[in-house]
Amino acid sequence: MSTSGSENHTNYLNDGYGVKSWLLTTDHKRIAILYMISITLFFMIGGFFALVIRLTLLSPNGTLVSADTYNKMFTMHGVTMIFFFLIPSIPAVLGNFLVPMMIGARDLAFPKLNLLSWYIYVLGGIFTLSAMVLGGVDTGWTFYTPLSSGYSHTNVVPTVIGVFIVGFSSILTGLNFIVTIHKMRAPGLTWFRLPLFIWAHYATSVIQVLGTPVIAVTLALVGFERITGVGIFDPNIGGDPILFQHLFWFYSHPAVYIMVLPSMGIVSEVVTCFSQRKLFGYRQMAFASMAIAVFGFLVWGHHMFVSGQSVYAGMAFSALSFLVAIPSAVKVFNWTATLYKGTIRFNTPMLYAFGFIGLFTIGGLTGIVLATLPVDVHVHDTYFVIAHFHYIMVGGAVMGYMAGLHFWWPKITGKLYPEGLAKFSALTLFVGFNLTFFPQFILGYLGMPRRYHIYPPEFQVLNVLSTAGASILGLGYIIPFFYFMWSLRKGKVAGNNPWNAKGLEWLTTSPPPTFNFDKTPVVTEEAYAYPEEDLVGG
Amino acid sequence: MTGHTISRNRYFLIFAALIVLLVLTIFMAYVDLGPFNVIVAITIAIIKATLVILYFMHVRYSSRVTWVFVSAGFFWLLIMFTLTMSDIATRFTF
Ligand SMILES: [Cu+2]
Repeated sequence: MSTSGSENHTNYLNDGYGVKSWLLTTDHKRIAILYMISITLFFMIGGFFALVIRLTLLSPNGTLVSADTYNKMFTMHGVTMIFFFLIPSIPAVLGNFLVPMMIGARDLAFPKLNLLSWYIYVLGGIFTLSAMVLGGVDTGWTFYTPLSSGYSHTNVVPTVIGVFIVGFSSILTGLNFIVTIHKMRAPGLTWFRLPLFIWAHYATSVIQVLGTPVIAVTLALVGFERITGVGIFDPNIGGDPILFQHLFWFYSHPAVYIMVLPSMGIVSEVVTCFSQRKLFGYRQMAFASMAIAVFGFLVWGHHMFVSGQSVYAGMAFSALSFLVAIPSAVKVFNWTATLYKGTIRFNTPMLYAFGFIGLFTIGGLTGIVLATLPVDVHVHDTYFVIAHFHYIMVGGAVMGYMAGLHFWWPKITGKLYPEGLAKFSALTLFVGFNLTFFPQFILGYLGMPRRYHIYPPEFQVLNVLSTAGASILGLGYIIPFFYFMWSLRKGKVAGNNPWNAKGLEWLTTSPPPTFNFDKTPVVTEEAYAYPEEDLVGG
Repeated sequence: MTGHTISRNRYFLIFAALIVLLVLTIFMAYVDLGPFNVIVAITIAIIKATLVILYFMHVRYSSRVTWVFVSAGFFWLLIMFTLTMSDIATRFTF
């Protein structure tokens, strides 16, 4: 093992400096950085659209933008955030960086394919961005037919081409992880010694590889129907619009687990480290990740209870949806049980992990409310749904991403960020998030529909609260951006293992050398083997 | 990747079988079997896909893990068809 975290050791960051050394790299760590920059850019674009939405909703009569522009704003907010930020966020950035390091490998199994996946991502991004510049899209991120395939006069085709293309980058990432995890584990690293971050990414990869082709084909068919007029989804020309929804949600429900499973992996790493405890119920946690990946594909019809799906199918999908609650609850209970009698440290990553556990639980439980067929008939397409999935995607997935970013930032850059400021901004983010989205549960329950730029005046107070919360939430994202940038130049040197964490990635230097380890590590213990001498028999 | 190579004749044989099945598909499309037309067409399609996967994609001579993943792909396809049909096949009008 390398000895010290001296500043001048050769690492992946100082191994070549020119633009070419980055754009033609096959180093998984550099590709992770390329992804990090790209998704941050898309996060800012998506955030801008969110800002316009929230500002419009400050007043009940929609003074800021017209109805048409508003439609484009929420569509492009969804498309950007889901396909270009959330889906690639943890896997393509932290997964890319950490999967080889955590299993003691020099790189991913297919380094060139990894670089190709980033170029594909950029190409898809260019298509979708140009669609936005050319005037935008207004179909909703769900692209429901026949609106998308026939009636919309906006740039549907370039947008779906962009999403089609970016899907392949997701497939390649998943494929790379699956092969890497199967074939390249260090000696002694058996399946049940893998960190749960790896299990989570394995489960995620399975969804990416098996689900993404379906959305690609479905969106291709939308484009095909739009261009040629051959009836596939439009009932006027012999198609079936509900069929589109089946195919769309076959991918897009599991896509939520592409976003949230990696976050769960991060929470497992963070909770064990900052309580210095073995994970409670390791095997259950590993199986729960796989169960979520499989069950996730059995529930998509809960998006279609009022779309004209048969009553029988509605009942079946409602019942099946409850299944997903079981492995999700196993995870929440096991994290909580892990804390029991632990030596808990409230560092920034831990604050985000706590945020994840609480907010994911609220998001999950309201998911059960929505999966209940008769209740959904009442609240479908209201702000209750918006609040629910933002609790999962922002409160869950993005909180997890932030936890991971703060946990591994010292490993990625070799520098520490200012802890006090980071804690403050984590709390800001938590408060801002809840103030933004909790009022939306109430708004939805009272009947405010989604996707309208106007609303009855009695809903104004809650909407103003939500917009106020959004500005605090925005601050919670801007502060980390600046102190991360600051830390690159001025941050204290982190050393190999600033958190006293277990895991192979902490054995090597920070930032890691190009091939990660000077000598291939040999694994002799279980994951999270934190000393627990005071708990014998406990 | 494992040393096993399939003889060229085997490829031509599979190719011929695929062409025969293609002709059969076209022929059956002109025979009215009522609802069974779909079943016949899908059966032929499955046989053709299986031949391509086993021989052209070399899965027949691949490792167990490859088999597991190919089967998973089929299983997922089955999920998609079954649950979609749970709607489309039960749209009774009362
Ligand atoms: Cu869903």
